[in-house]
Amino acid sequence: MAGKPPGTANHAGIARAPVAGERIADRLFRGSTRALTWLVVVLSGYIVWEIGGSALPAIRDYGLGFLIGTEWDPNAGRFGVLPQIWGTVYSSFLALLMAGSVGLVIAIFLTQGFLPAKLETAFRSIVELLAAVPSVVYGLWGIHVVIPLLRPAADWLHAEFGWIPFFGTTLSGPGMFPAALVLAIMVLPTVAAISQDALRAVPQKMREAVYGMGATRWQAILRVIVPAASSSIFGAMVLGLGRALGETMALAMLVGNSNQIALSLFSPANTLAASLALNFPEAGVVEAGALMYSALVLLAITLVVNVIGASIVARSTRRLEGQT
Amino acid sequence: MNATSKTAAFDRTAIKRSWRRRHTFTSSLLTLLTWLVALLACVPLFSVLYMLVVKGGARLSLAVFTELPPVAFEPGGGFGNAIVGTGVMVGIAALLSVPVGILIAVYLAEFGRSSRIARVARFCIKTLTGMPSILAGVFAYAAVVLVTGGYSAPAGGVALALLMLPTVVLTAEESLRMVPQAMREAAYGIGCTPTQAVLRVVLPTAAPGALTGIMLAVARASGETAPLLFTALFSDYWINQLGTIELMEPTASLAVLIYNYSGMPFENQIELAWAASLVLVILVMLANVAGRLLGRNRTGMQ
Repeated sequence: MAGKPPGTANHAGIARAPVAGERIADRLFRGSTRALTWLVVVLSGYIVWEIGGSALPAIRDYGLGFLIGTEWDPNAGRFGVLPQIWGTVYSSFLALLMAGSVGLVIAIFLTQGFLPAKLETAFRSIVELLAAVPSVVYGLWGIHVVIPLLRPAADWLHAEFGWIPFFGTTLSGPGMFPAALVLAIMVLPTVAAISQDALRAVPQKMREAVYGMGATRWQAILRVIVPAASSSIFGAMVLGLGRALGETMALAMLVGNSNQIALSLFSPANTLAASLALNFPEAGVVEAGALMYSALVLLAITLVVNVIGASIVARSTRRLEGQT
Repeated sequence: MNATSKTAAFDRTAIKRSWRRRHTFTSSLLTLLTWLVALLACVPLFSVLYMLVVKGGARLSLAVFTELPPVAFEPGGGFGNAIVGTGVMVGIAALLSVPVGILIAVYLAEFGRSSRIARVARFCIKTLTGMPSILAGVFAYAAVVLVTGGYSAPAGGVALALLMLPTVVLTAEESLRMVPQAMREAAYGIGCTPTQAVLRVVLPTAAPGALTGIMLAVARASGETAPLLFTALFSDYWINQLGTIELMEPTASLAVLIYNYSGMPFENQIELAWAASLVLVILVMLANVAGRLLGRNRTGMQ
């Protein structure tokens, strides 16, 4: 019908000006989509306001000392989250160290022609499937597979190299390293995916120029392609960090719920998110307030890290695209 | 002259690949290492899947789908109520987040593409994407549980909806943007209002992409535990225990069941946790695969 030249058929029923009712419906519909868009902005503010509001009594009671206090004693009414902050940051950095290096290697592996296109797609799906497994299943796997597997190795390391602070304790069950390892597996897909995008955004011309100069594949990768994509890759790491900081279940199940600041990889620890998951359901009014405060701290940390990461990725992608 | 004769007598064996040469050696070594790291990265996934099939598969039977969770030391039992609970809460979350998310995406991609509010909303939604899931639970606890006076399925649904919304909006917006401008112009040309153009032409065209996003969001929400811990809590009973459907009561979910049972010292509960994990992973993977297939149809069409 659309292909017919105008005027050859009687299509008065198809093309006509909207009647008044349709115009009103149009206004209403457009207005409602606009209102809902406003609503999501309001909702974001409301989330911060609600969590902040619930934390307010605790903020008034404990002030900034909450952030540097090391004790969490609901009976004595003393609350501090420095061990949780330390655990959150330490576990996330350990996880990022592992996920970052492996993720970058995988991104190189999947973008620089190591595999035929079909296998590349298959392998990419395998890495993406890692992200599809729910974190609570990783937690279960961590308890029953990773920890028993790591224990002999950890205890040997402690026995032989106990003087190194990282191996200062034995692994008596849950602990920092198994938690960080499982966390790394969960962050890996994020880091690998964004790094792949970054490497793929490197202009083809640049690659051709390097090969034209007689560089080997690895010289091209290490000296030109990865450096050219480095700021996006850095952004990928920061976004991975954002994910790691907020991850809850795997850590709640594997980190040991012990509020202490230790450098040892094998000692139990705690994180902000894990302590929320573990303590909130049984918390009294006073402790719940303190937990709301630590939720606010977690919100602030992840918000800052995520905004920084997203802006790095956006800026560096724009710059690379500008080069072509 | 000399140069041309040299070319003519070009010795091809001189450029043979030899590991004695430094560049070739490092290149091969790095390639080997890359392969090793890539294969190593597959180990966790296969280990998880292996454990699920061996440990979870061993316990899988009809009973686990139809029976209630056992108490300590009691043999047998299942997690039928948890499957129902997960379905109910993900359903509530989808009912809340999908219509709202699609309409917001319509505004962001069609009506208010470059308005200031659209930019602000897009920033908010991207920020919501990075919000830790436990904080969705904290929010739903403060905003729903404290207000309605108890743990309930809707409270869990609200928390999950908050996590689904960004995925739904961002994928729907992207697929709306991929609809060719000519289709909108054709719709306007025959006298459609912008609303009619969106509802009858643009949205149906973008539907497969939006559905992919919805399925991915559903997959993610079904596996979430943290937001349910103190919004829906857990229950050892069916949702319709007293003959009526009790939504405003604590509600069981697969994810929380796995969490609760994972650390228990009872062999029966741990077996059930593995079986529940297998069921949960199968559900999540099915939703994932369905979403991806829908997405592939779309790219095949264009």
